[in-house]
Amino acid sequence: MINNLNILLPEIFLTLSIFSILMIGVFIKNSFNLIFNLTSLIILLTIAIILNSSNNVEKIFLESFTRDSFSNFFKILILVSSLFVLNSSKNFILDRKLAKFEYPIIILLSILGMFFMVSSNDIILFYLGLELQSLSLYILASIDRDNLKSSESGIKYFVLSALSSGLLLYGCSLLYGFTGTTNFDLIAGELAKENTGAVFAMVFILVGLAFKVSAVPFHMWTPDVYEGAPTSITSYFAVVPKVAGLAVLIKFMHIPFSKILVEWQTIIIFLSIASMILGAIAAIGQKNIKRLLAYSSIGHIGYALAGVATGVISGYESAIVYISIYVVMNLGAFSCVYLLKKDGEYKENISDLSGISKKHPILAISFLIILFSLAGIPPLGGFFAKFYVFTAVVEQKMYALAIIGLLTTVISAFYYLKIIKTIYFDDSAISFDNTKNKFAQLSIFISCSILLTFFLYPSVLSNVVDTLFLN
Amino acid sequence: MDFPILSTLIFLPLVSSLFIFLSKGQNNNSAIYISLFSSLATFILSLFIWYSMDYASADFQFIEEQSWINDFIKFKLGIDGISILFIVLTTLITPICIISCINSVKNRVKEFLIAIMILETFMIGVFCSLDLVVFYLFFEAGLIPMFLIIGVWGGPKRVYSAFKFFLFTLLGSVLMLVAIIAIYWITGTTDVTQIYEIKIPKEYQNLLWLAFFSSFAVKTPMWPVHTWLPDAHVEAPTAGSVILAAILLKMAGYGFLRFSLPMFPLASEFFTPLIFTLSIIAIIYTSLVALMQEDMKKLIAYSSVAHMGYVTLGIFTFNKQGIEGSVFQMISHGLISAALFLCVGVVYDRLHSRMISTYGGLVSYLPKYSFLFIVFALAGLGLPGTSGFLGEFLVLTGSFQKNYLVAMLATFGVVLGAAYMLWLTKRVIFGVTKNDQIKNLKDLNKSEITMLGILALLVIFFGFYPVPLMETLNVSVDNLINNYEIAVQTKGLN
Repeated sequence: MINNLNILLPEIFLTLSIFSILMIGVFIKNSFNLIFNLTSLIILLTIAIILNSSNNVEKIFLESFTRDSFSNFFKILILVSSLFVLNSSKNFILDRKLAKFEYPIIILLSILGMFFMVSSNDIILFYLGLELQSLSLYILASIDRDNLKSSESGIKYFVLSALSSGLLLYGCSLLYGFTGTTNFDLIAGELAKENTGAVFAMVFILVGLAFKVSAVPFHMWTPDVYEGAPTSITSYFAVVPKVAGLAVLIKFMHIPFSKILVEWQTIIIFLSIASMILGAIAAIGQKNIKRLLAYSSIGHIGYALAGVATGVISGYESAIVYISIYVVMNLGAFSCVYLLKKDGEYKENISDLSGISKKHPILAISFLIILFSLAGIPPLGGFFAKFYVFTAVVEQKMYALAIIGLLTTVISAFYYLKIIKTIYFDDSAISFDNTKNKFAQLSIFISCSILLTFFLYPSVLSNVVDTLFLN
Repeated sequence: MDFPILSTLIFLPLVSSLFIFLSKGQNNNSAIYISLFSSLATFILSLFIWYSMDYASADFQFIEEQSWINDFIKFKLGIDGISILFIVLTTLITPICIISCINSVKNRVKEFLIAIMILETFMIGVFCSLDLVVFYLFFEAGLIPMFLIIGVWGGPKRVYSAFKFFLFTLLGSVLMLVAIIAIYWITGTTDVTQIYEIKIPKEYQNLLWLAFFSSFAVKTPMWPVHTWLPDAHVEAPTAGSVILAAILLKMAGYGFLRFSLPMFPLASEFFTPLIFTLSIIAIIYTSLVALMQEDMKKLIAYSSVAHMGYVTLGIFTFNKQGIEGSVFQMISHGLISAALFLCVGVVYDRLHSRMISTYGGLVSYLPKYSFLFIVFALAGLGLPGTSGFLGEFLVLTGSFQKNYLVAMLATFGVVLGAAYMLWLTKRVIFGVTKNDQIKNLKDLNKSEITMLGILALLVIFFGFYPVPLMETLNVSVDNLINNYEIAVQTKGLN
């Protein structure tokens, strides 16, 4: 047993580091900067540890914990995106006086929870990871506790999320009751036989997971929380938990529920179509950028779910490619939002973007690239994400899903165009401060470069993703 | 593999847009020179390709292949006798647009030039691609620069027009994307040359044809989805209208020839009555609409719809005269409509009005301008001796072999075409000068004479001597028709 502990090395390292920097925070005053930099260092080191570890499938603790290329890929994706979110939001955190030393520590704790989620091979471990993540997120949502909106969004998120966790837990206990085991592989074996009760369990679990990735009709919390929470938290919410949520969703469908595909496929198709349509239509009337990005993220989850709905490996792979490109686009989009600063105040309304192409041409062109990419217009990265998903969907002869999906891209193109119209066609209203937010600019640059040059060698991402399901 | 000459051709404008972006200097002079120089280089390169290709071969030439998306989709380029003409048209029109914007674009010149150069890359890409996904990539990508050209530099209703243009085209195209993916799963490839040989099973053809049609019909534009075109044309700046009319509309006609006809021959035959009906409606109805316009750009826009009606009519006659005629018509319409929009642009730059009623009696004060305007108007109505005549004549000859009634109705459209063009000329060029401002107008300056003169020479040259175009087309069109006839006779069975 003790020889196998190196499998857990990233988690162990992360846990010990969290406790250490917590101690630093408690004993040293005004240590936000120190802890913040240490957090970045820890994230980098954890990435290094994971890159160094082997990709062979290893299961420990009575096969409840897996380390394989699938979990490693998602861990790296989570870490890299957290690193970018944290660093590009640093100026925002300082300006908004959110610089409490707990902030980065809680982010690290939620990352730890997500690590267990994507690595779990057992319902109990999965639930523990999920709760660790969720509890951290409740605190993060209301971190700006003197702000009414932030506290409100925290409470809202807590109440609804707790409800969904309850449903999910109920599903887990039903699943245990009907199959007599908590291990994913054994459950899959049990479900190969006729097992009606387990279908109920599956529905409850699916509801819980759909809530975590904010798929319609379990999306109600998303716009309010996105708008209410400080932007630095919103960008974290929009990216990292989505990745982890989609990863466990795919894992559940791929391993324990693989034998009851017909039953869950219908539900996922419904979730996917509903998310795509609502994401496209509800975003049209939005005036707040964060709220708009919330609806846009609902739509994007719909497209990723369309890939999952195929129920085959190539579909899961396309969903993973999709979510990876989604991460790149959203990191860029939120980094742009950090630069909308006027007299020390951060602007959040779309109308504030009016005519910025004249005074801030670089910011405007970055927004343009990211928005067209979100709309899925070739030759930008977002197009290839959609292309992979719909290739997988059409392969399974799900033509209706493909056509509805692509028609909703036309509707959603409308509201992305509306922002571009505000930026490029309207007269300029305000000019923003020349912020020295180097890291946000860097992440915009990286994001735009990836999206622009993705068409040169689109296979680079899918070649990696292709190796995830080899086990 | 040889030197990747097609990729060079495609990406030369894109690279030059980077230099324009980095250029500095007063009055944007360096930006204009860079773009003019690079677009002329592109033009010369395309002429070189035209010169060095083998007309006697029906095969695709200058083929470039590169593995692209996950080994299953290749980045494949290649040209034949049909596509080279559109490429040369594109590379010819782009420098003319750049010359035109010296006079007409006043703000954000650098960005405008960048948009034009990026658009040129995508347009050449469309005509070079031999893979459905590559084609779709370039076809759709062109929306982005065009959307910005209309929206940023356009007229008062530019936002509405830009949105309408973008969403109409996108809506048509997404169905084509589903069809492309479906073709991949049916045939196992998206390589056009392989699909020609594999032959798509009959039961799929109709649906796939309709999906492609939805995209091409919007882009052509065919009645009743043509409504975006007048709006886009009216609001776009001159160079934008020119590119839209001269090249973007041709992508759909080219798409019919390259994809719909050879890939779905049975469906093409099945849907011929639909195309004929829509084409005839387009020819007659939009000609009547054009008669009633008070805005010059709108009038020319509607005449474009009518002219594209001849193109679709000619393509679906499936005989040599018809298809060669419609390709010729596309090239000639590319020159003539570009020239007419430039003519409107010239007076718009001076008086800032597109209304016909503003003008009248220009002939006394702008003699050079009036001369060129009349040349293009006569070419537009298809006067023998101009390129406009040959295209329409061949299409009508082709359609008489197929269906008398259709050909008769289409011929009626020629009369209507003459009516609106002559009436336009009468009201703008001749008549009494009511507007005092006209008396102070300056005649064409050097750059305007250059761009209009080149087009006028070409229009008249090809009117008398169409051989260079026909020679290039000949074998490729023969091959297209042969394959089509074999497919129809064997009912798609191998």
